[in-house]
Amino acid sequence: MLEIGNLIEDVAFNLLKLAVIKLPLDVKEALKRAYNEETSEAGRVNLKAILTNIEFAEKLSTPICQDTGTIIFYVKAGAQARDLEKVEVMLQNATKRATKEVPLRPNAVDPFTRRNSGDNTGRFIPYINWEVTGGNNIEITVLPKGGGSENVCALGMITPGEGVRGLKKFVIDTVIKAGAKPCPPNILGVGIGGGADIAMKMAKKALLRPINKPNPNPELAQLEKELYEAANSTGIGPMGLGGKFTVLGVNVEYAHRHPASYPVAVAFQCWAARRATARINADGTVVYLTHKVR
Amino acid sequence: MAVFKLKTPISEEEIRKLKVNDVLYVTGTMVTARDAAHKRALEYFKEGRSLPINLEGLAVFHCGPIVKKEDGKWIVVAAGPTTSTRMDQFEDEFIENFKVRVVIGKGGMGKRTTDAMKKYGAVYGAFTGGAAVLAAKAIKKVKALEWSDLGTPEALWILEAEEFGPLTVAIDSHGNNLFEEVKKKVEEKRTKVYEKLGVPV
Repeated sequence: MLEIGNLIEDVAFNLLKLAVIKLPLDVKEALKRAYNEETSEAGRVNLKAILTNIEFAEKLSTPICQDTGTIIFYVKAGAQARDLEKVEVMLQNATKRATKEVPLRPNAVDPFTRRNSGDNTGRFIPYINWEVTGGNNIEITVLPKGGGSENVCALGMITPGEGVRGLKKFVIDTVIKAGAKPCPPNILGVGIGGGADIAMKMAKKALLRPINKPNPNPELAQLEKELYEAANSTGIGPMGLGGKFTVLGVNVEYAHRHPASYPVAVAFQCWAARRATARINADGTVVYLTHKVR
Repeated sequence: MAVFKLKTPISEEEIRKLKVNDVLYVTGTMVTARDAAHKRALEYFKEGRSLPINLEGLAVFHCGPIVKKEDGKWIVVAAGPTTSTRMDQFEDEFIENFKVRVVIGKGGMGKRTTDAMKKYGAVYGAFTGGAAVLAAKAIKKVKALEWSDLGTPEALWILEAEEFGPLTVAIDSHGNNLFEEVKKKVEEKRTKVYEKLGVPV
């Protein structure tokens, strides 16, 4: 019988390496488009530097940014998949290995002692988001999440009476407040409803959707477009130096809410929007879904 | 927009030619310094002790690099800028005492730093956040590592750079601050953005 367990570690290691070195195609295309359409001089200089940096990172097989983030995994586990009990340990092992071999910057710090674990693992870290699906495959996504963009994420518990207008205002206020800090142009994940934790979880997960794929719900797709245009009309621009491109995309998700609550969460992603996904089939074959792998 | 290529040590006269939105490339000696190094340098100055390197005319870089050691030599793997606002509380005195001419970082700096740059002749060069490989490629050599007891990211890395950039001059030595200008313009647009979204003002 195939050792799916060990395979998981190898696949997760490959995903970490792919994610921090090579951006997904949709992000690269959005950055190129931004460079071509940006009119501010400072904006163009910075977008050009970003494009050159992406090229160098791929060529030299070096992480795009020195902040290789907090390591977050999303696992879709088929209910009939084997070795699921091994997944957590395998993902931890892959993270330790990637920290040494890629290398990743050690980014797991004890909040009280300030001690850095040195290998990107620690209490609840890497964090794993589980989802159970049908079948016998295991799909793993890694999201190395940069600190600069994380620091401006925000949760608003707006008054239900303000409704959609209130949520739009909250998103724009959050973008303006963030300004140059999250290294714009960013990708925004917006989570609406559910509850405080659910809204932020949705916002973060929304960052996994390619930015060239609008929400399948036409009303939400329209909201994404409106927020995208509004954020880009603020004039913050690349790196906060002024210009047309403050965001590369906006992805919205929602859940039903309590009658008295209207949670809105905004998750910022760096232009270095690092993510990678692979599916491990029951027969041991592996399909990389976000990157071309030879 | 003009493009400037300057070599360290940079004179006050040279730096005063630069204006916001100009693009700058620096060749020569660059020293990394974050919060802890800024703090120690100012303490040394107060105590009359000299720094491991004379910073006059050089560039200071807000950066905690990823480094590796190969055959006994340090190599900079990735060296993107860190957020400069954390150094705002030190930078005016730092410029006054040590006469650095270029401060490199991301996100911009405040009024105290802008005033010091005007008074003593220095500029803030914004380097693209996250462009760590581009930065590392322009660093040709680690000349020395000082204050390593502060830890790898906080230590003074004395670097030899070749055409390090592009740096957008975001604060010049004439009191102009591009980040503040952009912030002001964004604030003026806020109402318009609300209106576009149908948000009551």
